[in-house]
Amino acid sequence: MKKIVIPLVLIGLVILSAISFLTSKNTEVTKLAVLKEQFDKKNVQHVDHTQFAELKKKFTSPQQVTEACIVCHNGRAQEIMQSNHWNWERAEYVKGRGIVYLGKRNAINNFCIGTEGNEMSCAKCHVGYGMSNSKTFNYNDESNIDCLVCHDNSETYAKAQEKGGAPDPNIDLTNIAQHVGKPKRTNCGVCHFFGGGGNNVKHGDLEKSMFEPAKSVDVHMGTDGMNLQCVDCHKTENHMISGKMYSLSSMNRNRALCEDCHTESPHDDAILNKHTLKVACQTCHIPIYAKVNATKIAWDWSTAGKLKDGKPYEEDDAEGNHTFLSIKGNFTWGKNLKPDYVWFNGTAGHYLLGDKVADTTKPLVLNPLYGSYNDVDSKIIPVKIHRAKQPFDPVNKILIQPKLYAEKVGEGALWKDFNWETASEVGMKDVNLPFSGKISFIKTEMYWPVNHMVSSKENTVKCSECHTRENSRLAGLNDFYMPARDFSPVIETAGKAVLLFSFLLVLAHGGFRIFSSRKMKKKG
Amino acid sequence: MKQKAYIYRSFERFWHWMQALSIFFLAATGFEIHGSFTFFGYQNAVKYHNVAAYTFIILIVFAIFWHFTTGEWKQYLPTTKHLKAQINFYLIGIFQNAPHPTKKTVLSKLNPLQKLTYLGLKILVIPTMVISGLLYMFYRYPQKGTIEGLNIGTIEVIALFHTAAAFLLMAFVIVHLYLITTGATITSNLKAMITGYEELEAHEAPENEDLKNEKNEVEV
Repeated sequence: MKKIVIPLVLIGLVILSAISFLTSKNTEVTKLAVLKEQFDKKNVQHVDHTQFAELKKKFTSPQQVTEACIVCHNGRAQEIMQSNHWNWERAEYVKGRGIVYLGKRNAINNFCIGTEGNEMSCAKCHVGYGMSNSKTFNYNDESNIDCLVCHDNSETYAKAQEKGGAPDPNIDLTNIAQHVGKPKRTNCGVCHFFGGGGNNVKHGDLEKSMFEPAKSVDVHMGTDGMNLQCVDCHKTENHMISGKMYSLSSMNRNRALCEDCHTESPHDDAILNKHTLKVACQTCHIPIYAKVNATKIAWDWSTAGKLKDGKPYEEDDAEGNHTFLSIKGNFTWGKNLKPDYVWFNGTAGHYLLGDKVADTTKPLVLNPLYGSYNDVDSKIIPVKIHRAKQPFDPVNKILIQPKLYAEKVGEGALWKDFNWETASEVGMKDVNLPFSGKISFIKTEMYWPVNHMVSSKENTVKCSECHTRENSRLAGLNDFYMPARDFSPVIETAGKAVLLFSFLLVLAHGGFRIFSSRKMKKKG
Repeated sequence: MKQKAYIYRSFERFWHWMQALSIFFLAATGFEIHGSFTFFGYQNAVKYHNVAAYTFIILIVFAIFWHFTTGEWKQYLPTTKHLKAQINFYLIGIFQNAPHPTKKTVLSKLNPLQKLTYLGLKILVIPTMVISGLLYMFYRYPQKGTIEGLNIGTIEVIALFHTAAAFLLMAFVIVHLYLITTGATITSNLKAMITGYEELEAHEAPENEDLKNEKNEVEV
């Protein structure tokens, strides 16, 4: 009896411990539950601005509103005047360049290229009034600060088109001044969702559906879920807002990270937690972006200026996205996109106005994101890559900043005159750079980290989407060994050969044994 | 003259079959992790592989203890005696119904080829599997501000050792499964490992006292 009982008991013990190990559930209060409780509290407005005498008067200019704000909120204007939202630049250390003042004033992107010379149009997204020229704008005049674009809670404030940041003349400034508060998604989104000249042109993960997103679009901001506002994560102290986009930033500082709330070990599974050292949360938790509306993935400036019967025209795709505009050229759009993946250590480089381009055979990356597997600060992040063909001076070897916008025909602006030569000449003169008179178009790329449109945990990227031989999401990152994706061809071939050899040997030996025993039986 | 002998004791049989089970399960989950096929799903494969690995290691610890306390480890001491004869048997004799050149006894269960193979498994393949497996499990990426010497840059070398040893172990399993059939009869080896008893040629050597005792106990 004992002979059977002991092994049975032992086997039973092993099976029981395996089951308990595999099914162990975390019964502690999870970090997530604590966060949910914390962010569930409704934001209560402590002050009723309608009661203030200062705000009861009839405002006739937006500057009057700002002056009224400053009466009570003293010192705040100075905070704004330190910010990049106001200055359109900030001091950044850029590898290989040292400390530079970097921002919309001097960086070049591959959407509308640059702001210089086009401020009347671009300054619609400046937190100020009256920016007709970023060089001559008075950055010390606090009355030109646009408090309302961020703090209007009435949802009626709007900036005018092409008026250097001035508000729409038809809005009721008094009513808006009396209904101010903490910025909501609408305040941020009105600029950040429409950058580059239309909805979702730039980011891919920030667009108008995020004003009131469903939880399926963004698990944090979903109005049917936690309904978080931008500033819940982009924590702000003294008007210094955390988190920034690496189209205009270079340093690993002041970032808004998932880990700030969720910690670096948010999973119940130790192996998943180990991933967070090398893989950013977004990589697994944002399987797709541009979930609702398409985002621009390519922009070909070389066809801009083309007219039909002497008139500008446009072409749209079935969903109503422009695929061609005479003023801007051809576009390609994409929806429900899988991100590309890169190593990123929080630092980036930048193409600045006037930089020489040595090699035009491969696409010029305007904001290279730095990082590699061997860099301990680096993690894999998801990015949207925006590809473009943009104007280039092949003689001086610099990207061209064209004059795009002007109020009238004849000032040289591409969008009025449709002439690349004059637009380039006027544009380059504006930024004090040489222009040879020759224009070619070179390929450029921009890397836009994807941080929003976080999916629920059920919809995260599955292990096998990266850990696979075929079509791994990380197929492009080859500076490290990843189980399932990678193998040593030598060991793989030798190993399979040994297995095959063993198998054939056994078959042959066995077959010969059967054959010879039959022969012997016959003999016998 | 043949006589029924108790050659595989209960722990030995338990160890053998648990080891067999573990190895098959580790191979199935392991090669899924390696990307060879998909069956359990990647996350499950990793989870199961780790649990099975711990089971296997516990088993090995017990087995090592058993081998030393019973003196069974001596079974694996390599010898060149009859080695050539044993090779000749597998190459020629087996096809002519020739008898096994080495007599299986309770004190010497393994033929010289088996001794060599099992010794190789025990001191090379299994330790490689276990050590590289533990390193794989406890591998952590290099981090800032930690002791430089503990930072292993990449898991690649660990993974390659683990994979290579896995291929060898699988090759062993294939040959081992076949060699089961080369006993006195086709099933006699298998039966012995299940029941513990095998018909052996009568042997003059005195029976092991321990075995005698155990046998008596069982019969009671």
